[in-house]
Amino acid sequence: MKTKKILMTGNEAMAEAAIQAGCRFYAGYPITPQNEIPAYFANHMPEVGGVFIQAESEISAINMVFGASAAGKRAMTSSSSPGISLKQEGISYLAGCQLPGVIINVMRGGPGLGNISPSQADYFQATKGGGHGDYHMIVFAPSSVQEAFDLTVLAFDLADKYRMPAMILVDGFIGQMMEPLVVHSPQSTVHSKSRLLTKKWALTGAKNRKPNVIRSLFLAEGRLEEFNEELQNKYTRIKNKEVRFEADNIEDCDCLVVSYGIMARIVSGAIENLKKQKLNIGSLRPITLWPFPTDIIRKVAKNKKILVVEMSAGQMLEDCLLAVNGQAKVDFLGRTGGGISSEEEIIKKIKSLVGR
Amino acid sequence: MDKIYSHPKSLHDTTTHYCPGCGHGTIHKLICQVIDELGIREKTIAIAPVGCAVLAYDYWNLDTTEAAHGRATAVATGLKRTQPEKIIFTYQGDGDLAAIGTAETIHCANRGENITVIFVNNGIYGMTGGQMAPTTLIGQKTATTPRGRNVNLGEGEPLKLLEMLAVLPRVYYLERTAICSPRSVLNVKRAIKQAFSNQIENKGFSLVEVISPCPTYWNKSAADCLKWIEHEVVKTYPLGRLK
Ligand SMILES: Cc1ncc(C[n+]2csc(CCOP(=O)(O)OP(=O)(O)O)c2C)c(N)n1
Repeated sequence: MKTKKILMTGNEAMAEAAIQAGCRFYAGYPITPQNEIPAYFANHMPEVGGVFIQAESEISAINMVFGASAAGKRAMTSSSSPGISLKQEGISYLAGCQLPGVIINVMRGGPGLGNISPSQADYFQATKGGGHGDYHMIVFAPSSVQEAFDLTVLAFDLADKYRMPAMILVDGFIGQMMEPLVVHSPQSTVHSKSRLLTKKWALTGAKNRKPNVIRSLFLAEGRLEEFNEELQNKYTRIKNKEVRFEADNIEDCDCLVVSYGIMARIVSGAIENLKKQKLNIGSLRPITLWPFPTDIIRKVAKNKKILVVEMSAGQMLEDCLLAVNGQAKVDFLGRTGGGISSEEEIIKKIKSLVGR
Repeated sequence: MDKIYSHPKSLHDTTTHYCPGCGHGTIHKLICQVIDELGIREKTIAIAPVGCAVLAYDYWNLDTTEAAHGRATAVATGLKRTQPEKIIFTYQGDGDLAAIGTAETIHCANRGENITVIFVNNGIYGMTGGQMAPTTLIGQKTATTPRGRNVNLGEGEPLKLLEMLAVLPRVYYLERTAICSPRSVLNVKRAIKQAFSNQIENKGFSLVEVISPCPTYWNKSAADCLKWIEHEVVKTYPLGRLK
């Protein structure tokens, strides 16, 4: 297998991954801290015969993606928190029309205009639907530049497979930081053109077949409920098959720390440090935020302290509470508005929990 | 004997859900006739709006997608840029195109996207029960202008979107037509055919406005609606080619 190692920011890595995954349509509107993504596509889409459009708004961008996806092409958009709020109606339409599409949210501090420092405060919006109606996206939370690359490729595959929107949810840190990245040659990825799914439902003109219709409107009595049941069945299949997480010493630890994205990197530093002090701490890092690794947390929760660390006022915390389901006490450490808990703060918190 | 008139292949044979006297059905049929005549049915992709024509795919024997309210031209951009050899058209009401979707309309036109836009101006929000549209005439009574649209109450002037678009250099073709007589219907068809032909010849952004009757929310008989268009609506919205 041919590979090469390069240095890239998370934002660039996700854009490059998209191109390698066969994405040939990007539309977006500038917003910090994700501006490297549209700039990368503006530079490189023409080289592969793809389309880059700087749209007049995030609303327009997501609807352009809707159109490109309806044409059967791999398509994506990216933005940061306020822009993602604007895209919610469009994302709901993608879900309702069962169209694939990838959306990157490089989160910044909110609410409102907030600030441009890294944040994880859009967890609820990403994992609970965000727009109207009973729907979900598959939500990936990379914690390194390499993972941002790999999960972007996977996001396109799963979006196609399940015909639904998928989101890469990263904080501004992952977007902005540079790390070495191993880029697989296109032949080695599953995403080479010949292996792209044929999309029989795509709108290509009704030649020698009945017209294809893409719609989310179901007026006949009971029909919308039936459609929602189909959607829910799909979501159940995804919950059974697509949960991803990284676990370290989760069975027999005294305290289990749950965190994701850049926070998980800081937590793992803290745990290393505590190991040297002979403290027995475990770590669970959800890689998919939806579907959430509920079962594994539920399985190991008993007889230990649980700590959730986030760059928010406590959003993933709620999914952890549901998973733990009263079997153990769940504590929280979080900061908002661009604040990031330091390794020292995390160590202090864990020590206070395990009585040291 | 030669057959000189028949049901267009691009139009499904089905019962209409439109109100009696509504213009949507006529415009649907004209589009389908044009598509048949140009022989482009198998490469045409339609975009239905949110509005009374939301169910257009029940009538058109064409690949069709819905678009969120107002976003049809953004969806069209995605479809056309990824398949430039296909014929893409949007079908939009005045609320869809000239209120909630104004930004999408203007910027799609300004980019000069090579698509065809059919803009149905019935001066009202039909689907939601007859509220004021951006195109509602001064003095016209609607559910939300019960005393008649009044500029002095801050209800705005009838928006002239074609006149606004006419200043954009990348806009190729703009024509305002109306449904008010058999002759005018033929003229609507001619303009629609022009707008599709432009796309086939890669000329760029083409838009046809069709002033269309809404007996239900104009509170008029179908016949009076046609007279109202011919004598009143055209004073605010003069017919003809703008570009
Ligand atoms: C985001 C959003 N806002 C509002 C609506 C409700 N809505 C549906 S159609 C419509 C107006 C339709 O008027 P027009 O575009 O003029 O078309 P007509 O029904 O008159 O043909 C509105 C406001 C909606 N579906 N989505």
